[in-house]
Amino acid sequence: MTQILEIRGLSRRFGGVSAVKALDLVVDKGELVSLIGPNGAGKTTTFNMISGLDRPDEGEILFAAEPIQRLSPEAIAARGLARTFQHGRVFANLSVEDNVLLGAHTRLRAVRPGWPLVGPLAELALALVRPQAVKTEEEALKAEAREILGLFGDRLTPRLDHAAYSLSYANRRRLEIARALALKPQMLLLDEPTAGMNPTETAEMQALIATLKAQGVTILLIEHKLEVVMQLSDRVYVLDDGAKIAEGPPETVRNDPAVIEAYLGHSSVGATTPSAEAVAT
Amino acid sequence: MSSFIDYTVNGLVIGNIYALLAVGLALIFGVANLINFAHGSVYTIGAYIGWAAITFLHTPLPVTMLIVFVACALVGMLIERVGLRPLQGKARIAPLLATIGLSFVLDQVVQLVFSPDPRAVPSDLPDWRLTIGGGSIGAMDILIAGVGIVSAALLYVFLRFTKLGFAVRATAQDREAAQQMGVNVNAVNSAVFAIASALGGVGGLLVGMYYNHIDPAMSFQATLKGVVAQVIGGVGNVPGAIFGSLLLGLVESYGIALFGTTYRNLFAFVLLIIFLLWLPNGLFGGRSTVHTEPLVGSFIAPSRPLRVPRWAIWALALIAFALPLATGAPYLLQTLTNAWLAALLALSLTLISGTAGQISLGQAALLAIGGYASALLAVDLGAPPIVSIPAAGLITSALGTLLVFPAFRLRGHYIAIATLAIGEIVSLVILNWESLTRGAMGITGIPPLSLFGHEIYSARAVYWLCLAVVVAMALLQSRLLNSHFGRTLRALREDEIAARSYGIGLDRYKALAFAFCGFGAGVSGAITAHLYSYLNDQTFNSQLSLLALTMVILGGMGNVLGAIVGAVALVGLPEIFRVAAEYRILIYGVALLLLIRFRPQGLLGAV
Repeated sequence: MTQILEIRGLSRRFGGVSAVKALDLVVDKGELVSLIGPNGAGKTTTFNMISGLDRPDEGEILFAAEPIQRLSPEAIAARGLARTFQHGRVFANLSVEDNVLLGAHTRLRAVRPGWPLVGPLAELALALVRPQAVKTEEEALKAEAREILGLFGDRLTPRLDHAAYSLSYANRRRLEIARALALKPQMLLLDEPTAGMNPTETAEMQALIATLKAQGVTILLIEHKLEVVMQLSDRVYVLDDGAKIAEGPPETVRNDPAVIEAYLGHSSVGATTPSAEAVAT
Repeated sequence: MSSFIDYTVNGLVIGNIYALLAVGLALIFGVANLINFAHGSVYTIGAYIGWAAITFLHTPLPVTMLIVFVACALVGMLIERVGLRPLQGKARIAPLLATIGLSFVLDQVVQLVFSPDPRAVPSDLPDWRLTIGGGSIGAMDILIAGVGIVSAALLYVFLRFTKLGFAVRATAQDREAAQQMGVNVNAVNSAVFAIASALGGVGGLLVGMYYNHIDPAMSFQATLKGVVAQVIGGVGNVPGAIFGSLLLGLVESYGIALFGTTYRNLFAFVLLIIFLLWLPNGLFGGRSTVHTEPLVGSFIAPSRPLRVPRWAIWALALIAFALPLATGAPYLLQTLTNAWLAALLALSLTLISGTAGQISLGQAALLAIGGYASALLAVDLGAPPIVSIPAAGLITSALGTLLVFPAFRLRGHYIAIATLAIGEIVSLVILNWESLTRGAMGITGIPPLSLFGHEIYSARAVYWLCLAVVVAMALLQSRLLNSHFGRTLRALREDEIAARSYGIGLDRYKALAFAFCGFGAGVSGAITAHLYSYLNDQTFNSQLSLLALTMVILGGMGNVLGAIVGAVALVGLPEIFRVAAEYRILIYGVALLLLIRFRPQGLLGAV
């Protein structure tokens, strides 16, 4: 197995608060790794640093063996990393189809020749003139977008030209994943894909993620629903208060005392914190 | 040495006046997250009410000030009631646009009531001067300083020790939480607008007495100066606003001493740009305040654009082309020609502010660049218009993009202010770069339009030419919107973070959008130059930028056909129905207000 993502000694502080403390994390190609932990554990901050929206104070992020921690989000996307957002960030006034096509932006070749200096102007000209190659590329991407939307059954396909703001919350989450898939990612970061979904929808989403995994997509997943995590993950990292407290296969992590403490509260394991006594008196 | 002291005193006095404006703007921004573009109008109203009281009622100064204070407080409450309260929950930029509409209305009402002529404000202050060192201080200087200090002290006491002051500070920190704790946020807003406007009005009165001159056009510059002072001090920061005002006053005063009066405003706007780009939180703002989120927001209302069938569009175009065959009335054709030229500007703005979501308040500067480029190429180098006009388009495209490029990292309100400032800077550079632009004299004798040596004079020919350019640009723009490029621009408008995460380089696409629309606007300015045969730094003023924004909102943001409809409606119709010029601006202002309130998606829908 080859590593696709390797994080070494990653730290991020906001003012006096350490959101992420010296995190080490590895994801192999084709693996599904989950990142879990209570709210405020630093999961989304880690995602933001991987995707270039935030800069680490210390540490290194290697994507396909190259450091990316100083790259812009657009450069990281161009290297084949796609992400979804915790609270959903679809392009609200754009159609479902356009949202998915935008996911494929980094894959536009015919209309975005990477020529130095004149590249941007050439792109503008090609968008206006639209030679056959550009049309073919656009058509191919449209066909592919429909195919991707087909993964979600008839949830999104009938709404191809609906504006994203008109979709239900769950459908917007689905659309985000569709958009990410259109990037043909080397690796996919999913930030709470089942948030706000009912049990049926959650099961549906879980099945979809399982399908993606079976297709060989490498996935780093943040998820609060432990059932989903346990059934899908190859390995699990547990964060608490910015630091990694456990890692390993789901079964091992589930029974780890540190994890139980982090999830169920400090008093349940040995009540060592002074604050518990203060409350008692 | 003596002059140094005089310039310092003058700078501090002007700084005090700016402070009266900037403090109000800061208070309003604090509670309402709004840059109140109608603030300068209140200042003008204060000056005129003061003038009227002194002239007609012969009131002594304290009574005059009290009248101004109360009257402007009422105007301020009106602004809050019309411009802010009904727009809560709408796009963040909506109240800002509404206050622009209000400023049109208020300024025009002042003109209608008091006539556009400048007035002298009589002052009953004793005419003595105190000599200090080599300079001197007059009673007026002391009065202004006194009013500034007393207002600051009263404001401090109010914010610090009164119940309403607590409520104001609580609302400024967290509007929702204040509301939950039982603070009547609307009452707070109303009170803040009243206080801010009362101070601004007194500032207007004082400045009228100081210069012994007031005119209705002074409000726009006043708003801008207040905004600049506020940005220097940190937006929404009251002590910062005072400090920024004094600094701005001094910089302007010394700048005038060194370079001359025409440079005064240039300093203000260059300072503004410098601060926006390198110190966006000002001197007193917290360093880590991330203001990317609270102020984002393009003005795009969720809507379905009206689908106009293709044949209908072609039929309209055909009718437009056939019109000169049916009527030779030069007045009608000239009016519509003006509308076509305005439509080119609106097309460029609808791409920037609609499709790409970057609210630009300085779009007319592109016309100015295009007009001057073509005029200078024709007059100085003897280029025929068929060469100079497209060349002007390209020059505008390049220069416009270059000028606005540093502002690309700004968002929401800040990009609106920055484009406004860049627009002002362009016209001030034109005014001051005399060796190239002939300065205030303007360029005369620009050759008329011609094609291969044949001059185009007839109203018909000019009409057809302009219409053809509009149709061509509209077709190109529609084609662009249907491509990956249009979708990319709309994506960065909707969510810059998500767009970047999907590989969209923001600078690249914003720059390309400006490059494209700079061409159309530049051509429009160039044709205008050849039609008028005369240009100066005021031919394409900031009012035109705001008018263009109204057209674009009227038609529907981002909507190509809508931009043309908006231009015809706002430039063509008032002319055809011969609405008197002084009522036109009033109509524009009211139209803008009604649109923002009741139909933000415009006539044809935002795209």
